Amino acid sequence: MIRQFVQLTKQHRRETGMLGLLLVLILITTFRTTDEGVDGLFNSRFLTADNIKNVTRQIGIYGIFSIGVGIVIITAGIDLSVGSLMALLGVIFLYLVTPAETRPGHAKYSETEFELQPWLVHHIPEVSWPTAVLVILIIGTLIGLMQGMLVGKLKLQAFVVTLCGLLSYRGISRFLANDTTVNVGDTQQDLTLAKTLGDGSLGDVLFGKLNKGILHSVPMTFVYLVAIAIIAHIILHRSVFGRYIFAAGRNELATKYSGINTGLVIAFAYLIAGFCTAFAAIPQCIYSGSVQPSTHGAFFELYAIAAAVLGGCSLRGGEGSILGILIGTTILIVLRNMVNLLGYPTALSDAITGGVIFVGVLFDQHGASIINRFVGHINRLFGKKNKAA
Amino acid sequence: MRGIHKRFPGVHALSDVDLEIAAGEVVAIIGENGAGKSTLMNILGGVHQPNSGTIEISGTATKIRSVSEADAHGIGFVHQELNVLDNLDVGANVFLGREPRRFGLINRRKIAADTTPLLARLGLEIPPETPLSELSIGQQQMIEIAKALSKQARIIIMDEPTSSLTLTETERLLEVINDLREEGISVIYISHRLGEVRQCADRVVVLRDGKNAGELQRGEIEHDAMVSLMVGRELKRSAHERNEQEALTDGLSIINLRTTTYPDCEVNFQVKGGEILGMAGLVGAGRSELAQTVFGVDPAMGGSITLEGLPIQLGSARESIRSGIYLAPEDRKKTGLILEFDISQNISLASLKDHCSRLAIINRSSERNEAQRQVDALKIKTPSTATTAMNLSGGNQQKVVLGKWLSMSPKVIIFDEPTRGIDVGAKAEIYKLMRALADEGVAIWMISSDMEEVLGISDRIVVMHEGRITGELEHVEFSEEAVMHLAVGGRQVNAA
Repeated sequence: MIRQFVQLTKQHRRETGMLGLLLVLILITTFRTTDEGVDGLFNSRFLTADNIKNVTRQIGIYGIFSIGVGIVIITAGIDLSVGSLMALLGVIFLYLVTPAETRPGHAKYSETEFELQPWLVHHIPEVSWPTAVLVILIIGTLIGLMQGMLVGKLKLQAFVVTLCGLLSYRGISRFLANDTTVNVGDTQQDLTLAKTLGDGSLGDVLFGKLNKGILHSVPMTFVYLVAIAIIAHIILHRSVFGRYIFAAGRNELATKYSGINTGLVIAFAYLIAGFCTAFAAIPQCIYSGSVQPSTHGAFFELYAIAAAVLGGCSLRGGEGSILGILIGTTILIVLRNMVNLLGYPTALSDAITGGVIFVGVLFDQHGASIINRFVGHINRLFGKKNKAA
Repeated sequence: MRGIHKRFPGVHALSDVDLEIAAGEVVAIIGENGAGKSTLMNILGGVHQPNSGTIEISGTATKIRSVSEADAHGIGFVHQELNVLDNLDVGANVFLGREPRRFGLINRRKIAADTTPLLARLGLEIPPETPLSELSIGQQQMIEIAKALSKQARIIIMDEPTSSLTLTETERLLEVINDLREEGISVIYISHRLGEVRQCADRVVVLRDGKNAGELQRGEIEHDAMVSLMVGRELKRSAHERNEQEALTDGLSIINLRTTTYPDCEVNFQVKGGEILGMAGLVGAGRSELAQTVFGVDPAMGGSITLEGLPIQLGSARESIRSGIYLAPEDRKKTGLILEFDISQNISLASLKDHCSRLAIINRSSERNEAQRQVDALKIKTPSTATTAMNLSGGNQQKVVLGKWLSMSPKVIIFDEPTRGIDVGAKAEIYKLMRALADEGVAIWMISSDMEEVLGISDRIVVMHEGRITGELEHVEFSEEAVMHLAVGGRQVNAA
């Protein structure tokens, strides 16, 4: 049993190391945030029901799109368009569930001479929210497929293709929204169920809002993440397609020489990323209640890349795991939560995150030699002391 | 250069080679692939260091420890693969790394002023500001020569300078070599093209198996004399010969096939089921490209292929693999294997569909069992099928590539340089495997630059030269002279 465990940790060295880092973070946060009379485990503000729910909700959303980006990174590609795509899909989603006259891009509010904008805004139909969800998933998937074909089939550089996506989706969403906030409140539909499914907890969905229990601390986004992660794990680590993804990421030429259509495999990875982004975009939009197109989802693509890299994906391709991506995401979110709870300036949050990622990756690559040198120093110190004695 | 020895791990590339060049002399160095021509030149050019031996320049013993030292001694090297930057202009290329400066900035005027007379010397009438990308390959090569001249080179080494030149460009280059000779500059000219050698060389030095095999003076430089000096080795015939009782099947036919490398050459030949067809030729003859086109990883410019009489779609490796045409490529590490994958993952890569459930989930035990079967059958030396391909020796890596194809149902296997970089013991095993496959009725098409291998293993040999098949030899006609004659572009003489 213990030997099996050791074997497992050796095989998944990166994941084990990052899991250790995560545990340390959680321990530090738990015991640095204890206060008398706090309602959480060990009196910790980190382990109150509300905080746990908040953290897991964010892990859910970030985890879903990070899985998509991680799969793309395993093909030796990159997807920079995630955050902008979320803003675009958020605007479209809210437009789809609100009447045309209340949309900020409507001719009533818009002063632009450019007629395309009010025309477009006017012609986006108002549909029921389940239809809107479906449309968003389809748009996201198609955009992913388009980027994938450009990278896989036309052999354009992934960085450039998705950088163009990053700029243009953000631009289009600001254009559609007339550069102002789009509110979920303008809808005339009853969105209670959508809100429960998007921003509620598993307990809310199963037993209704009034009931209180442990399941009420499990947000639906986390449930979706678990489901998507299990499916993604099976696809990536057990299926033929997953093997092709790793093969194409490692050595595209040799994979081609084995008769595999690597262009299609790569395109499909971007399609998955597009789908995952769209899937995460809906709860993110419902949770925030409005979409401010110039900031909604900003830097999400970079958090996704950071999560994937922390979790053991190599930007050179062919390396990584779903479990690792989940751990990476969790580290990022817990870190940010820690910064908040410990009362550090929120503005420093990203700097601290950057620092921890850097140290984590540094230790992963050169940890052994750093430790050896450190041990060497200690030995020498002790050696001198012994001589002196 | 006197008594030069050079050993690479496992190979004695040069043993006791002498070479002497007078000022203003054009010396051609010829020899088969692997005879040591390039190694010798790399030593003179400072790329490699000799294990022993001396180099004297103008009577003083010298050590050439680096390319820049070679530069300082006036030795210029024009490599077969051009080392020019086509994003820069002519002048910038000529003075790359030695840019004249003024106020810390590049002095463009001086570059232009110094480059123009150099270009004129080489008969190039182009302004020094021309972007290199607008020049033909032949002109780019002239720029390399100009670069050597600008460093006051007294000896210019040209490694296969005409391999990618057109006929007129070649003639222009030979004229330039003549002009250089008249200016007192020595030229060392390495080429497989004996016609050019006869045209321009004052003296021919022949290398064979890393040794001096002889010299020919101006009057003695003749095609046959050069070929017999290049060859001249007794060959052991292989013990494994085709079982004559077995009838050959139709196998793979290649009809009017044109590749992207030689789009004007139509190739026709047949590999029969049950035979080993050796394909000989010099480096650059277009053999690997032909194999890649047949296998479908390179697009075809025209023509068709049939397998057992049925047409096969070109341009799709998937289609070829489905029909049973497999390629064990030249570069195992880049195209044959995924080095970071383990043995079983490499073996199953092309046949995963046979090891998965209906939902495309891989059945790992079925995958591993098949890999184990191949490991046992091919005697791959490894602790387990979970060993990473990177950690295997060259011979075992080649066997893993083979295992990938043998786990399916091969009809044709193309071996491109199957034993390159493999030790002698593993070589023999691979030959035995090839023979066993042929006996089972598989058509084996073996591309090889190793003369001994081609003559020893093949049942029949076709020879390629610059994209064309220049001849076909039946077993009774096998001889090193015959193959070499065809490989350098000679016509086939029918044995009467």
